[in-house]
Amino acid sequence: MNTPLDEKTIRTLRAGDIVYLNGVIFTMRDKAHSKALELYRKGGTLPVSIQNGVIYHCGPVVRKIGDKWEIISCGPTTSYRMEEYESELITEYNIRMIIGKGGMGERTVEALSKIGAVYASFTGGAGVLAAQKIVEVENVHWLELGIPEALWVLKVKDFGPLIITIDSHKNNIYSRIRSEAFRKLRDLT
Amino acid sequence: MIVEEDFLKAVKNLISKASLELPEDVIAALKKAYELEKTPSARAILNSILNNIQLAKTLRRPICQDTGLPLFIVEIGRNFNNCRIDYENILAKAVKEATKEIPLRPNCVDPLTDLNTGDNTGRMAPIIFYNFNDSDRLTVTYFPKGAGSENQTGLYMLTPSTPIKNIKKIILTHIVEKAALSCPPVIVGVGLGGGADTALYLAKKALLRPIGSKNQEPLLSSMESELLDLINKTGIGPMGLGGSTTALAVHIDYACRHTASLPVAVSMQCWAARRAQLVVSRNGDYTII
Repeated sequence: MNTPLDEKTIRTLRAGDIVYLNGVIFTMRDKAHSKALELYRKGGTLPVSIQNGVIYHCGPVVRKIGDKWEIISCGPTTSYRMEEYESELITEYNIRMIIGKGGMGERTVEALSKIGAVYASFTGGAGVLAAQKIVEVENVHWLELGIPEALWVLKVKDFGPLIITIDSHKNNIYSRIRSEAFRKLRDLT
Repeated sequence: MIVEEDFLKAVKNLISKASLELPEDVIAALKKAYELEKTPSARAILNSILNNIQLAKTLRRPICQDTGLPLFIVEIGRNFNNCRIDYENILAKAVKEATKEIPLRPNCVDPLTDLNTGDNTGRMAPIIFYNFNDSDRLTVTYFPKGAGSENQTGLYMLTPSTPIKNIKKIILTHIVEKAALSCPPVIVGVGLGGGADTALYLAKKALLRPIGSKNQEPLLSSMESELLDLINKTGIGPMGLGGSTTALAVHIDYACRHTASLPVAVSMQCWAARRAQLVVSRNGDYTII
């Protein structure tokens, strides 16, 4: 799939689909989420437009060679930490895809469905594999938040495999597997 | 006798080995999991994991971008006779230099200022535990554990009358609750007894035991197999998306407890179970395993 993504295409995706991305993605963790929403409330603008964009929950390992940044390792971080911000970010900035690991809560599931967006999982810990799919660091903003927390603008090719784990129709693989696991545990013990 | 300069170099190599390469027992367990899994998502995940391990080793890059909060376990043989080494400073210096050279992600944040120290060192960082033994060697274990799995640690202060059946249920419930957020397939460490701190330390240290090694305590050995079997029957699977390998191993350690308390700690280790050990002999020769 190519970025920017549109609502119509996103609505065709179903939980369980496996996709690969070409284009631009933005890394955002706790602090970048909080800062983006604070700016929105104050009527400010972000240093880069994330409208209809793809947000990647990731804090990379980087190296600077001359004035060029190189991404060394960049797997996903635990998405649940962003739960308190995500629904607002999706709604206010029309985010089309969130990439992370571990899944997200009910508020995010609702926002994904309302806006027409999906949550996709990249294999946790596969940081070197992810870095191989980064063609270029287009830019970095908010470095004062620290390297992991900064907003990295990454140009990617064949970024994946991404498993669609929460689609725009409220199908959530994580919560399904989790309730089945609790049911099995009750039967087993 | 090892000189400080060589010791520093050795510790940097130790950090590098642990951050870039997974131990053979972990790789073998992950390969076995890949062969076992049937669903496209579980197979895609394990395939990504195995590719990633290979890429990290070939390209000399950290396996996971979360290179952990540096932690060392230093075991000093009573007959090693070289305790003049300034451990704290050399280990910290090795962390600083390795952070820049490998590079590692700067993960160390001062909780009072909320500022990243930038080099993975700071107050009480790196974390260092010291033990003594009767050998003539010095061993330094480097154990970089990511925050994803560390955040899923649990401590339960139970009443001593809690039956074993309930203890097992508490451990299993914790795992079902937390596994998906711990980058499974996981290794589960359990610390039984001691004080609250002992239980947590034992649970975490149990993660270092090689997969497939047998618990010397028959009672715990059978409890480990039973819990592993039950965890894998819950179907949480790789990355929590369904499958038959939620855990690669369960390791339990124990300590005598206060008559009035029964702490049980559960520590989760993601599939990127990184560990390496530096062994220095009396004459200064060293190996990293």
